Amino acid sequence: MRKWIYWLVAIAALAGLQASLKGLIGAYNYQIVILVGINIILAVSLNLINGVTGQFSIGHAGFYAVGAYASASVVFYGGPSIRAAVAFLPAMAQDGVLLLMGSFAAAITAGLAGLAVGIPSLRLRGDYLAIVTLGFGEIIRVLILNLDVIGGSRGFSGIPQLSNFFWVYLAVLITIISIHNLVHSSYGRAFVSVRDDEIAAEAMGVDTTRIKVMSFVISSMFAGIAGSLFGHYTMYLHPNSFLFTTSFNIIIMIVIGGLGSIEGAVLGAILITIILEVFREFGAMRLVNFSILLVLIMLYRPQGLLGTWTLFKKRDRAAPAN
Amino acid sequence: MPKTMLELKIVSSSYGAIEALKGVSLRIEQGEIVTLIGANGAGKSTTLRSITGLVPPVSGDILFEGQRLNALPTHKIVALGISMAPEGRAIFANLTVAENLELGAYLQPDAAQNERQMDRVITLFPRLAERWRQQGGTLSGGEQQMLAIGRALMSRPRLLLLDEPSLGLAPLLVHTIFAAIDAINKEGTTILLVEQNANAALKHSHRAYVLETGSIVMEGPSQQLANDPRVREAYLGEK
Ligand SMILES: Nc1ncnc2c1ncn2[C@@H]1O[C@H](COP(=O)(O)OP(=O)(O)O)[C@@H](O)[C@H]1O
Ligand SMILES: [Mg+2]
Repeated sequence: MRKWIYWLVAIAALAGLQASLKGLIGAYNYQIVILVGINIILAVSLNLINGVTGQFSIGHAGFYAVGAYASASVVFYGGPSIRAAVAFLPAMAQDGVLLLMGSFAAAITAGLAGLAVGIPSLRLRGDYLAIVTLGFGEIIRVLILNLDVIGGSRGFSGIPQLSNFFWVYLAVLITIISIHNLVHSSYGRAFVSVRDDEIAAEAMGVDTTRIKVMSFVISSMFAGIAGSLFGHYTMYLHPNSFLFTTSFNIIIMIVIGGLGSIEGAVLGAILITIILEVFREFGAMRLVNFSILLVLIMLYRPQGLLGTWTLFKKRDRAAPAN
Repeated sequence: MPKTMLELKIVSSSYGAIEALKGVSLRIEQGEIVTLIGANGAGKSTTLRSITGLVPPVSGDILFEGQRLNALPTHKIVALGISMAPEGRAIFANLTVAENLELGAYLQPDAAQNERQMDRVITLFPRLAERWRQQGGTLSGGEQQMLAIGRALMSRPRLLLLDEPSLGLAPLLVHTIFAAIDAINKEGTTILLVEQNANAALKHSHRAYVLETGSIVMEGPSQQLANDPRVREAYLGEK
């Protein structure tokens, strides 16, 4: 019951901010806030694979792309008939329905892609995963470049703008809460056990391959949703938005924040998004400055900015009194 | 007639080209503590890894209560009632003591049963209660060993496999650990105890096997082996 009240308050707050935020901070800052939100979803989801479960994926942008294009396709091609089916709703609600359907398609497609990549590669040793995910990201990009129905190398334009602050940050909340609850459930502890000691995890009866694939699928689904929100904000998609550097930046976010920590991933996403924006002024020096900053942080905080610090209290069984 | 719980029939296992077990046969009856002693590198850990499916045997048969384990993945073998405290403790360093124990019961859905089992573990190792919310990685060696055994007990195994539980522990702690092993066995759990500390292992077991470079070279009641001149010379440090 309490939970529902929290959600209602959160939704009301998001809706209130949605109505006023752009006026308060201006269109430019508003756009950065949206980008921060999308990157939080990407970082928190990648953290499930790379931080919590201890695997090493370097192809998150691939799943992000799959989601973005899946959602844009569903809405672009199916939009008119979906709108007709819900014509009785006010326009804003129709937008919401469309975005939800697109995001749903994005989550499913990206999740299936995660399954297809994860099953063969996660049986193998860790380094294979890195290589396979890297290859996957590139394959997806090349595939999109050659698919004319979704714009190919021209890019996919004419995508309706459906997402905004409200939807992005609702998705941020849902992502953080779901992954937090997962990691702190007894099932989710298996993810951490795989990272800490895979052999011991097996010896506890944890099907470690299954857990790795699960982390991969769940993470990819959220990356897919981030893609959907991105496409329906920018109204245009191009394969160049999903380069290896995009995957790389998401890795930086979670490493800077502190691998394995959800709070760290959030902080990393905020910092890196803003830093990349600020450094835009430096032109060609942008990447140099960015790299120097990373090196400095890693020298002084090798465990990441937050390390293992957490906002949440441990919810253990109370210690027995005896 | 005692009931046979675990039987290895001419089991061979390898790591790539290295043949670590060369036709090992052994048997564990229900209710026993059987110890497997041998020098470093003899293949003791490999025997346990073969039983639990971590290193599936190349040939031979492993039977648990008559069921063939060879082709099963580890998590299925654990589900049948076998659990292991691995070599080097292998504690989950980033999880608390409580969470480590909970993971031990990963395949056990009955929360109330798990609570009771946790109480049993705490009764066995009260020290763990004092460390309840500490991360596994911060415990001392002895505490980690207690946690490793306690965690293995959480799945309420019928057969418990212990890989060198006394390794690197001070004499007083070795005593505590072996006392716990006796207690666990008294409560009805069958135990296969791998040890380099042959002295203590032979004192705290019913029967013993001696492993040398992948083959069983001697077997018999523990007391008998403890008095055997060859064992005394090779494993008990006597001339
Ligand atoms: N992971 C491994 N890879 C390759 N060889 C191994 C591995 N583990 C053990 N061995 C080899 O197998 C043999 C038996 O090792 P092990 O079962 O660990 O012995 P013990 O537990 O009796 O000390 C040794 O020769 C060891 O070098
Ligand atoms: Mg060993």
